[in-house]
Amino acid sequence: MNAQLQKLYKNLLESYVLEPKEDHLYSAQRLSRWFIDQKIPPEELVNYHINTIKTIFPDIPQQVKSSFDLLLEVMISYGIAYQESEKLIDRHKQLDHEIDVAVGMQQTLLPVSPPQLNEVEIGVISVPANRMSGDYYNFVNHSEGYLGIAVSDIIGKGIPAALCMSMIKYAMDRLDMKPLSPGEKLRGLNTIVERNVDPSMFITMVYGVYDSLKHEFCYASAGHEPGLLYRADRQEFVELEAKGLVLGVNPKTDYEEYKIQLQVEDAIILMTDGVTECKVEDGFLTRDELLKTIQDCIHLPAQKAVERIHHKLCERTHYELSDDQTILIVKRNA
Amino acid sequence: MNMTVQTKQIEDQGVTIYVEGEVDVYTAPKLRESLMQHCETEDLVRIDLSGVNYIDSTGLGVLIGAYKAQIATEGKLIIIGMNERIKRLFQVTGLDSVIQIEENQEGGQA
Repeated sequence: MNAQLQKLYKNLLESYVLEPKEDHLYSAQRLSRWFIDQKIPPEELVNYHINTIKTIFPDIPQQVKSSFDLLLEVMISYGIAYQESEKLIDRHKQLDHEIDVAVGMQQTLLPVSPPQLNEVEIGVISVPANRMSGDYYNFVNHSEGYLGIAVSDIIGKGIPAALCMSMIKYAMDRLDMKPLSPGEKLRGLNTIVERNVDPSMFITMVYGVYDSLKHEFCYASAGHEPGLLYRADRQEFVELEAKGLVLGVNPKTDYEEYKIQLQVEDAIILMTDGVTECKVEDGFLTRDELLKTIQDCIHLPAQKAVERIHHKLCERTHYELSDDQTILIVKRNA
Repeated sequence: MNMTVQTKQIEDQGVTIYVEGEVDVYTAPKLRESLMQHCETEDLVRIDLSGVNYIDSTGLGVLIGAYKAQIATEGKLIIIGMNERIKRLFQVTGLDSVIQIEENQEGGQA
């Protein structure tokens, strides 16, 4: 404890014990914050207090002096606990900083903005429940007029899922060296994931290629939540049924491919289970409620639509997302 | 929400693990511990999910881990008593194509 603090404390103590006033107690509260800022351990303060009291009252009975020794001994344990908590706070700050860096790095794994495609509009939003996300999406330029689209959900949340996301990103980049059909792409990814993840990790993914000349979407699914096709003329949703095992379970898995045709104003909606299994206060968001939410927004431009849908889901969950949410809309404009 | 795990062993007929409650990121480690312990020693492991009302992706991962452990030692894993929500989860993820699923024939926990 530095000389200035010692002097302040001594003056306060003397004033209080000789003529106690409530103001002294407020001053003590303020002073205690300084002690904490200066990281003064409790036993040091108690020791100083005892010595000061002995100076002010040199004739205090021996029994009282002995009781001070006991108090000091007890405060030493408090001091150790205080130092440990200080270390934990420092460690927490350090981890917090590392997570900040990791969050920044994770953002670089995601495309900056949806690509432009003739007669097609793409909107995407991906929001983590906490700071790091287990959801992933990607766009792959195949060739003129063809665009690969992936939406993926990695088991769990937070840092383990984020680490796994970087693997899937680089695996996709590696497989992008040559144009692969959706089924081939998932087969290739599955081999890589199965070889590289913990036995209890798995990844779901829907991967499709949009042909903007024929307005066809060819896709395959690795255990991912079925997407939706919005038929604008009938104003109804059709589930994009697709069977396929999640990535990382069986290295010898084949993925069946499916093809759909989009008419003008039709839209494909791909989501992760944070959307389809959205937890609300009275259970889960019902399918009808989700479809109604999408229908209310689907007339908007694709990017505005995904943002509006996410906003409505946030309202429904009172802004407490229990899982990462990703919504991607591909809408045929002409 | 809590989760409980109880086991019943029948000689030469493997072990049945009865799970009750919610299997999520918080309770899954407890299930993993119990499952992996039995997967190490038993050729046949049954998991009875009759008492499970919710299972998240972490819980699903634990079941996949148990399935892989059984496959690696040429053992067998059977899951029984799934509710409709969990059945749908198995269908969507394609796990119903690799993990053996049976209806609960024993009428609940013994």
